[in-house]
Amino acid sequence: MILSKTNRISLHKVSNFFRLILPAESQNICRHVHFKYYPDTTSKIKGETKEMNMFQAINNALHLYMEKDETSIMFGEDVEFGGVFRCSMGLKDRFGSRIFNTPLCEQGIAGFGIGAAANDVTAIAEIQFADYIYPAFDQLVNEAAKYRYRSGDQFNCGKLTVRAPCGAVGHGGLYHSQSPEAFFAHAPGLRVVIPRGPIQAKGLLLSSIEVEDPTIFFEPKILYRTASEQVPVEYYKLPLEKAEIVREGTDITLIAWGTQVHVLLEVADMAKEKLGVSCEVIDLRSILPWDIETICKSVVKTGRAVVSHEAPLTQGFGAEIAATIQEECFLNLEAPVARVTGWDTPFPYIHEKHYLPDKYRCFFAVEDTIKY
Amino acid sequence: MNMLMRFNKKFLDKGSNVCQSIKNYASEASFETKPFRLHKLESGPSTHVSVTKEDALKYYKQLHTIRRMETAAGNLYKEKIVRGFCHLYSGQEACAVGMTAALRPQDSVITAYRAHGWTYLMGVTPLGVLAELTGRQSGNARGKGGSMHMYARNFYGGNGIVGAQVPLGAGIAFAQKYQNTGGVCLALYGDGAANQGQIFEVYNMSKLWDVPCIFICENNGYGMGTSAERASASTEYYTRGDYVPGIWVDGMDVLAVREATRFAIEHCTSGKGPLVMETFTYRYSGHSMSDPGTSYRTRDEIQEVRQTRDPLTSFKERILNANLVTADELKSIEADIRKEIDDAVKIAKSDKEIDLHELTTDVYALNIDKEIRNTTPFKPLPASNLGPAINV
Ligand SMILES: Cc1ncc(C[n+]2csc(CCOP(=O)(O)OP(=O)(O)O)c2C)c(N)n1
Ligand SMILES: [Mg+2]
Repeated sequence: MILSKTNRISLHKVSNFFRLILPAESQNICRHVHFKYYPDTTSKIKGETKEMNMFQAINNALHLYMEKDETSIMFGEDVEFGGVFRCSMGLKDRFGSRIFNTPLCEQGIAGFGIGAAANDVTAIAEIQFADYIYPAFDQLVNEAAKYRYRSGDQFNCGKLTVRAPCGAVGHGGLYHSQSPEAFFAHAPGLRVVIPRGPIQAKGLLLSSIEVEDPTIFFEPKILYRTASEQVPVEYYKLPLEKAEIVREGTDITLIAWGTQVHVLLEVADMAKEKLGVSCEVIDLRSILPWDIETICKSVVKTGRAVVSHEAPLTQGFGAEIAATIQEECFLNLEAPVARVTGWDTPFPYIHEKHYLPDKYRCFFAVEDTIKY
Repeated sequence: MNMLMRFNKKFLDKGSNVCQSIKNYASEASFETKPFRLHKLESGPSTHVSVTKEDALKYYKQLHTIRRMETAAGNLYKEKIVRGFCHLYSGQEACAVGMTAALRPQDSVITAYRAHGWTYLMGVTPLGVLAELTGRQSGNARGKGGSMHMYARNFYGGNGIVGAQVPLGAGIAFAQKYQNTGGVCLALYGDGAANQGQIFEVYNMSKLWDVPCIFICENNGYGMGTSAERASASTEYYTRGDYVPGIWVDGMDVLAVREATRFAIEHCTSGKGPLVMETFTYRYSGHSMSDPGTSYRTRDEIQEVRQTRDPLTSFKERILNANLVTADELKSIEADIRKEIDDAVKIAKSDKEIDLHELTTDVYALNIDKEIRNTTPFKPLPASNLGPAINV
């Protein structure tokens, strides 16, 4: 009801269901976002394209995959209606019993998915919000991650993919805003992937589903509707083992994933304009395993690095990157590796903009690192 | 704080004036409730319940305040003054009011995110609730928690993770027993939450150790967009503790809920261990403010409940018909409530947000770091504490 007033996207007449718990205002494009979106214009995938935002690109990927692999199933809380963020719209109509709602039981959902995957079914599970993945943490870390290893690969659950919306959305508060990637990056055997926009989301999701390892695919929820691009309509995959240099530069390397890539792209513009500094911006894409080579080659070239993520500083994935850079590029470094991140507090309900590593904080870190 | 107290006092004074001005009416009345359903219990509470005039007025005031407060919360959300998430309790008022009526000072309560009504009943003013929603400093948690996170003495909150509060309830109840307070804990959850595994873990623990915990499933028919039937292999929630006895009660009847809760408290405190109680109720609004609540159920269904089972209307009719109260008395209560809520809304809108430095308070009790790591490079924020905690 209230939504219809604020929702400017009326092109897609769909049920109101997706709006279930998405805060009304976050559905209103561009008004509350803390970053400027940089569409992906360098995609090398050939063929016909179509304008899609990120939830549509993910939806499109799911349609294509389920079409291709008849053993695949998709399940989660309220996914039959399209899910809270509409990512599974239309799947029920098309694939019937292969799409089903689960009760509210994340640990069960994860364990069930692992079992199905272990028995040769491609299992795509949705956890409604990344903040609700913790009841499933045990299953993912103890069962999914270790199945292949502990059985000497007699058994594995490589056919499992868990999708979950993550990250800040403007006013999600404590339990609708978290970015838990670092927790899972501490579990060898799991893969963790985070896209920065529609083209990436589609290709990386298809790779994540296909790859023979259990994969957690975190989708920055603020991008679902704010990010729109010309997405290739064909089935295509993007590499999980490669970070992408989204902007080449010579003076400093800026590293992020998901929404934060866009913040750093804007910072790169600011740095060029205000400091005359050339930034190389890298989207890590795959958090575990991660592309050490691309990052370190860049830092060897630039001698400086800033890593940024929404999750808190201490034990965030930036710590791993910074440690690796100092190990691999020690003699090339002109300044300490800087980290710009969320605070070491729970995610706040008010004053969210101060908590987030926004462009000003990132710019300050760039300036500091350059002038070191 | 002072302001909150003044608020409350002014209102209470008015309430008692009302009572004094009434004469020549019955001082107590009796009613029949819908039959309770029992699971592994030999006998249940009597369906013949009575209420004094004083209590009737009190329940009416509480029911009505919650309804009014939730309407105000909904409006604030529509005006975009409340952000984020906002889950209204409208339709379910008789559950919390009936349970509160049976509570003794040593009992405690923990619930999920549909917590506004409970917060008020456990002693927080409507302003404390509404200003928490708007994220202002006169909010119950100084605007740090928002809709799902509110607290009071013996009220362990508002919890955002579905089902997570239930094991806590068992622990709270265990501590009651361990410390010999004679108290019980009401651990509330929804029909959707009833499918979380951890609930079954604590049914077992509580029964094993005779923990005085009342597990209360507020069955409002839906967990977000999924109806109870489509999520639960058994919708007889009061039987789902298996070896834990259970009782079903009409959650739209404040007196039935009070009776069932008294019975449950009696059961738990007589050393028989836990009990599962299902209150059969309904939520009028969508799951949260961003859900219109009409895509998975019909408008007719909502209308029908409003017309035939509404917890406020039915209670009002009963006490009026029994000549326990007069229409004027109720009107005057309603007018007072309207004023109190309107005033609270004004403050909740105009009050200040907390200062930035409060965002870094209360992460730890003992702060090893002087500052919170990585706040802003320009102005580091101290790690500090607000306290003192009210629960310990
Ligand atoms: C662990 C977890 N999973 C999912 C959610 C999202 N969610 C919030 S409320 C809700 C429905 C709960 O329904 P029910 O228990 O019946 O309570 P009601 O909303 O009806 O009061 C869901 C799925 C959550 N908050 N926590
Ligand atoms: Mg429910």
